[in-house]
Amino acid sequence: MTEQKYKFLSTPRRPVEDRRFVAGRGKFIADLDRPNMLHVAPLASHYAAAAINGIDASAALAMPGVVDVITGAELAAAVQPLMNGLNTPNVRRFPLAVDRVRYAGEWVCAVVAESRALAEDALEKIIVDATPQPFILDAETALLDTSAPVHPEHGSNLLLDRKFVWGPVDDDFDAAAHSLSFSVTWGRNSTVPIETFGVLAEWNGWDQMLDIWASIQMPKYADQIARSLDLPGNAIRVHYDVDVGGSYGVKRGIKHSVLVGYIARKLGCPVRLIEDRLENMRAGDAHGPERKFDITIAFDQDGTVRSMKMRALDNAGAYAGRAPFQLGKPISAIVGPYQINSVAYHALSVTTNKTVQEAVRGFGQAPTNYAIETAMDRVAEYLGMDRLALRQKNLIRKDQFPYLIPSGSYYDSGDYHAVIDKVLTAADYPAMLAERDRLRDAGMMAGIGIAACLEPSGGNSSFEPLLNQSNQTSTWMESCQVNIDALGMVTARIHTTSSGQGHETLVSTILGEVMQIDPELIRITRPNSLESLPGNSPVGSRMAIMLGGAAARAGEKLKAKIMAIAVHRLGVAIDQLRYEGGDVLANDGRRFTWDEMVELAHRQYHNLPDGMDPGLASFDIMQVPTGDALPVDDKVQMYPCYSFEFHLLLVSFDPIIGRPDIHSYVIGHDCGTVINPAIVSGMTYGGIAHGIGAALFEEFAYDTNGQLLTQSFLDYLMPSSHEVPAIQIVKHCTPSPHTVFGQKGSGESGYLGAPAAVSGAINDAVAGLGIHFEKLPIRMSTISDAIAAKTS
Amino acid sequence: MNDVTLTVNGKPVSGVTEPRVTLLDFLRDVAGLKGTHAGCEHGVCGACTVLIDGTAVRSCLMLAVQAEGEDIITIEGIGGSGARAGELGIIQDAFCETHGLQCGYCTPGMILAAEALLSVNTDPTEHEVREAISGNICRCTGYVQIVDAILLAAKRLGQRNDAAPSDANLV
Amino acid sequence: MKPVRFDYKRPTTIEEACGLLASDDNARILAGGQSLIPMLSMRLSRPSLLIDIAHIPELTAFVETETHIEIGTMVRQAVAQKSKLVKTHIPLLAKALGHVGHPPTRARGTVGGSVAHADPSAEIALVAATLGAEITYRVDGADEIFDASNFFIGPMLTIAPPTGCLTQLSFAKAPAVCGTGFHEVAPRKSDYALASAAAQINFAAGSGVTSIHLGIGSVGDFPERLDVDQLCGTPLDDAAIADAVHAAMQMVETVEDLHATAAYRKRVATELAIRALRDARDEISKDLINE
Repeated sequence: MTEQKYKFLSTPRRPVEDRRFVAGRGKFIADLDRPNMLHVAPLASHYAAAAINGIDASAALAMPGVVDVITGAELAAAVQPLMNGLNTPNVRRFPLAVDRVRYAGEWVCAVVAESRALAEDALEKIIVDATPQPFILDAETALLDTSAPVHPEHGSNLLLDRKFVWGPVDDDFDAAAHSLSFSVTWGRNSTVPIETFGVLAEWNGWDQMLDIWASIQMPKYADQIARSLDLPGNAIRVHYDVDVGGSYGVKRGIKHSVLVGYIARKLGCPVRLIEDRLENMRAGDAHGPERKFDITIAFDQDGTVRSMKMRALDNAGAYAGRAPFQLGKPISAIVGPYQINSVAYHALSVTTNKTVQEAVRGFGQAPTNYAIETAMDRVAEYLGMDRLALRQKNLIRKDQFPYLIPSGSYYDSGDYHAVIDKVLTAADYPAMLAERDRLRDAGMMAGIGIAACLEPSGGNSSFEPLLNQSNQTSTWMESCQVNIDALGMVTARIHTTSSGQGHETLVSTILGEVMQIDPELIRITRPNSLESLPGNSPVGSRMAIMLGGAAARAGEKLKAKIMAIAVHRLGVAIDQLRYEGGDVLANDGRRFTWDEMVELAHRQYHNLPDGMDPGLASFDIMQVPTGDALPVDDKVQMYPCYSFEFHLLLVSFDPIIGRPDIHSYVIGHDCGTVINPAIVSGMTYGGIAHGIGAALFEEFAYDTNGQLLTQSFLDYLMPSSHEVPAIQIVKHCTPSPHTVFGQKGSGESGYLGAPAAVSGAINDAVAGLGIHFEKLPIRMSTISDAIAAKTS
Repeated sequence: MNDVTLTVNGKPVSGVTEPRVTLLDFLRDVAGLKGTHAGCEHGVCGACTVLIDGTAVRSCLMLAVQAEGEDIITIEGIGGSGARAGELGIIQDAFCETHGLQCGYCTPGMILAAEALLSVNTDPTEHEVREAISGNICRCTGYVQIVDAILLAAKRLGQRNDAAPSDANLV
Repeated sequence: MKPVRFDYKRPTTIEEACGLLASDDNARILAGGQSLIPMLSMRLSRPSLLIDIAHIPELTAFVETETHIEIGTMVRQAVAQKSKLVKTHIPLLAKALGHVGHPPTRARGTVGGSVAHADPSAEIALVAATLGAEITYRVDGADEIFDASNFFIGPMLTIAPPTGCLTQLSFAKAPAVCGTGFHEVAPRKSDYALASAAAQINFAAGSGVTSIHLGIGSVGDFPERLDVDQLCGTPLDDAAIADAVHAAMQMVETVEDLHATAAYRKRVATELAIRALRDARDEISKDLINE
C-alpha cells in the first residue's frame, strides 16, 4: 500500500482533450460531410414478428432526391451475415431483415437520398406486405418447448445453456447451517449516450479502399466489416480520429456499418447513416442485459457464506449479438469480494422478439453484483445480523492476496476492509444511522444502502473461449508507437477511438512520467486502422492497464536506446550514467543533453553504436497480463486486475409519494495507482449516475404487443442534475502487481455497485413492513403501492 | 422555401431553407457551425442549447424560420476567435479546470446553460446551478464536476476586472 | 426525425391568422413550439401550414383590469413567472409556473399555448381549470369566451373552435386574503407529472371562506375541478379537508401507464389535493395572524 511519488502521474492535471470540447470543436460523426454524400434512413417494421411477403418501393424511388432503396433480400445476397461470438451459425443476422421480421422496429429496408428529410419522406411511401406472426417477449416462455423459436433454423431459443460447478457445492450446502432462496430481476436498460450511433462510408474504386468514419467503440471493427463485405482486411480504412459522444460499451454499430459500406460500394459515393433517437432506442440494437437471477445461498449461523447457486437467465432479444457473453464476464468475479468457497452457475441466454442487446458498461457485472449484494442483505436479514458486519465477516482479507476464486481467476490485490473503514469515517456512519432514525421518526421511510463489489479490469476476455470451445483466442493486446522527431519533440500514436475516457491524457501522462518530460509537450495522434498496430478498443476497463502499459513499455524502449547512445557517446559503463529529465548525466559530471542525443540519432549515424538503427522510434504491442492460457476444466484466469468499490448512501421517501431522495452518497474507490485523478473521479461519478438510472428510472419496457413503450426520452427517463446527488469519493490505493505503475481499471466504477446500493437502501427502508423489491428499476408507483398494500 | 437571416455570434447569416428545418439543423448545415449538437431532436436532452438574447433555448424546438431576425449565440461565439483563436472564456476554462466533461457531446449546451445562468445570477447556490442545468442531460459525468465548474466560474467571473457580463466574443 | 413538409406564414394581425386557419383545414397555430415541434419531429403532427402568431402585437398583451389579469396567448412562461402581476394577483399560477418544463422551455413556451395544447399534465391548464379562468378565442371575427373549468375534455382535446385562435387567458384577481397550494409529483423534477393538485381558498373579512377551488391534473384525461364546497363554513381542520377530498375523489378515474398504476395516481392525487388545501388554509391563517 505504499504511495509512490510521481512527477506527473496521480497529480491534478487538466485532461488535454477538454480544450477542444469546451470550444465546440470536437469532431463527431455528424460533423463530417463528404462531397456528394448521400443519407440513409431505415424503414422500421411495426410488427414484433412477421413474415415479409414483399416490398414495393416504386413510389419512393420515383420521388425527387431519392437515389435507391435497399432491401434485406438484396443485402443478404451480397454480404456475409454478421459475426456471432457463440457457435450459433443458424442464428443469422443481417443489417436488414431477411424474409422475416423478428422485433418491432427491426429495419426492413433502407432509403438512400440526398438529405435525411427526403429519405424520411420516402420511407412513408414504401409498402411492406407482411403477415404478422406469433411472438415471444418473456425469457422463461422462450425456454419452453412449446414456444416457437425466433430462429427456426436454430431449433430453439437457446443461445447459451451452460452449467458450471466450481468447488464442492453440494458438500458446502450439506455442511451449512442454513440456506435461503430468492429471485431478483435486472430490468432491460442501457447506457444510452447523448450522441446516437453514426457511420459514414466512402468507397474508392480506383484505390479499392473503403473509408469508414464512425462513432465507434468496438474491438475488431475493421475486421468484421471486411468479413461481411468480402473485402480484404487492408481494403478497410477506419478513421480513429472521430470523437465519440459517449458509448459506455454500446456503440458497436456493425449492422449500420455493413449496410452503409455496402451502399457506398454499390453507389460509388459517400453514404452516411446517423441514427435518429427513435431508431436508436428501438433498433439501434444497443439494449443492455435483461436478466433474472434465481439464487440459493448456503451460510452458517455466524454469517459465514459457504456456497452459492446462481441461475442467470438473460433475454438477449432477436439476435445473438454480445448478449450471451455478458453472462460469461461476471465469472471473473462470481463471488464478488467475498470468501465464498464454491459456486454453481447456470447461464442461460435466449432469443425473444425484442431488440438486440449490445455490450453495456461492465458487460454483465453490474447486474451480477446486484444479485450478489441482495444475497448478502438477505442473509443478514435472515440471521438478524447487521448488513455491514455480515459483509466485513465474509470479505476477502488483505493478507489473502493474490486470492484464487472458485472459477479460476486470481484477484491481484486489495484491502477491502480498509476502504470500508475509510468510508464509514468519511460518511460519519453513526450520524447517518441517527439521521435515518430521525427521518423514520418524522414519518418518512428511510434506509441505508450498502454495496461492496469489484471491477474486474484489463480485458482478458477468456470468457470467450470459456463459452465457446471452438474459439481458441487468448490474445488480447494493445499497442502504442512513439517517435521523437528531428527537432526533439515526442509524438505518440494510439490505435483506437475514444469516447471521453481521456486516452490522450493517459498516454501523454504516462509517457511523460517514463521519459521525464512535460506531458503537455507530447502530442498524441490517432492514425487510421491501416496505419495502426493491433489493439482491442477501450472495453473491459482495460486502457489504463493496456494502453498505459504499451505506452510505458514503448517509452522504456526509447529510454533504453537513449542510454545505449549515451554509453557509446560518453564511453562509460551504463552504471555510471543516470537518465534525468531527458538528459543523461554521468557520474563524472558530464551531461549528454536531449538535443545532442536527438542530433546524433537523427543525423550522425557515424556516432551511433554499431548495429543501431538511426532515428528515435519505438513501438510496443502488449499482451494482457495473466493472459497465457485457455480454459481448463471450466476454469480460467479472466481480467488481471481487480478494483474495489464500496458504496454507502442514505435514502428517504414519503410512504405515499414513494419518490426516493438520496441524502448522502459516499463511495470508497480503490483502482490502484491513479493516472489522472479528475478523469478517474469523473468516471466514478458518471458511473453512479448510470447506476441511479438503472435502479430508479431507466427501462426499455415493452407492451403485450411487443411494442417498445419507451421509444424516446419522454418515457426513457435518465437522471438529471436533480436526481444525481453530491457524491463524496474516498480514495484508497492497493497497486496491482501486474502493471507498470500498479494501475487498475476504473472505466466502470460506480456503475458496478450503485444499482445494488440504491436497491439495498430502498429495501432497507421498507424492511420493517416485510416488503422486498425484487426488480429494477424500482418505480415510485411500485414503492407506494407496496406500502399501501401492507398498511391498508 | 423561405429566406432566413439571423445574427449568429455577431455576424449575419442568411440562407434559403424549407420551413421544416429546425434552427439546430440550420446552424449546423447552413451556417456550418457544428458545435451545437443533436441528441434527441425532441427537446429533452439539451445538447442543442443555444442563447437567444442571452437566454438558453433548445434549438431543436425552434424552426429556423421562427428565428428570423434573432440574435443567436452558439458555443463558437464563446471564447476567442479569429486572432484570438485558442483562448478560452472563463466558463470554458473552469470546465477544463474541474474536468466538467468527458466525451464533450453535451458540453456546448452545458456551457451555454451556465452562461445564461451566470449572466443573471452572479453568485448562484449549488441548488440554483443544478436547476439551471436540469434541462441538460449528461451521461458521462454524473454532473458533480460540472457543478464544480460552474461554481468556480462564478467565483472567477466575480473576480474579473472588466464589467463584461458574459464570455461572448462579440465585438 | 425530420418533420413533414409544410408552409409557414407569419401573420401580423389576429384577423390574418384566423383567415389563414380558415383557408386550410390542415393548418396549425405555432405559438412557443415547445410542445408542437417535438410532435412535428416525430411526424405525429402533419400540418400543411404553420401559422406563427409570435409577431401579432396584441397577443403579447399583459393587462391588469379592475377585476382580472389578462394574459395574451404569446406571453412567454418565463415572463409570466417573473411577473409581479402574476405573483400578486394570480398566486396559484405563480406557484405552478416553476414546475413547468425547464428554464429553456419556459423561455419559449407560452401561457396560452400550454392551454391550447391541453396536455393532461399541463400545470397551466390545471390552474386555469381550477380557477375557472376565461379563455378567449377569436373566431369568424368575433370573440368566444370559454370557462376553463369545462374547456378540457380529453387528452389534447378541448372544446375550442377548430378555426379559432386563442387570444388571451383572463384570471380573476385573487382577493386580498387568499391562500394557495400547488403540488406535483413526477419521477424527475419537471417530468410529465404523475399527479398534480392546485388549490385556492378565497377569504373575506367578516364572511370567512367565500370560495374554495380545487383541481387535480395528470391522473386522468384532462385536468378537472373537484367539488369541495362542503368545506365552506367549516374550520378547515385536517380531518374535514381529508374527508372532503376523499369524497370528491371517489368518482375520479385515473389512468395507468408504464410510469404509474391507476391506484398510485388516485392515492397520490388525493394526498396532493389534501396538501394543497392545507397549504392554502395555512397561508390564510398566517395572513390573519399577521393582521
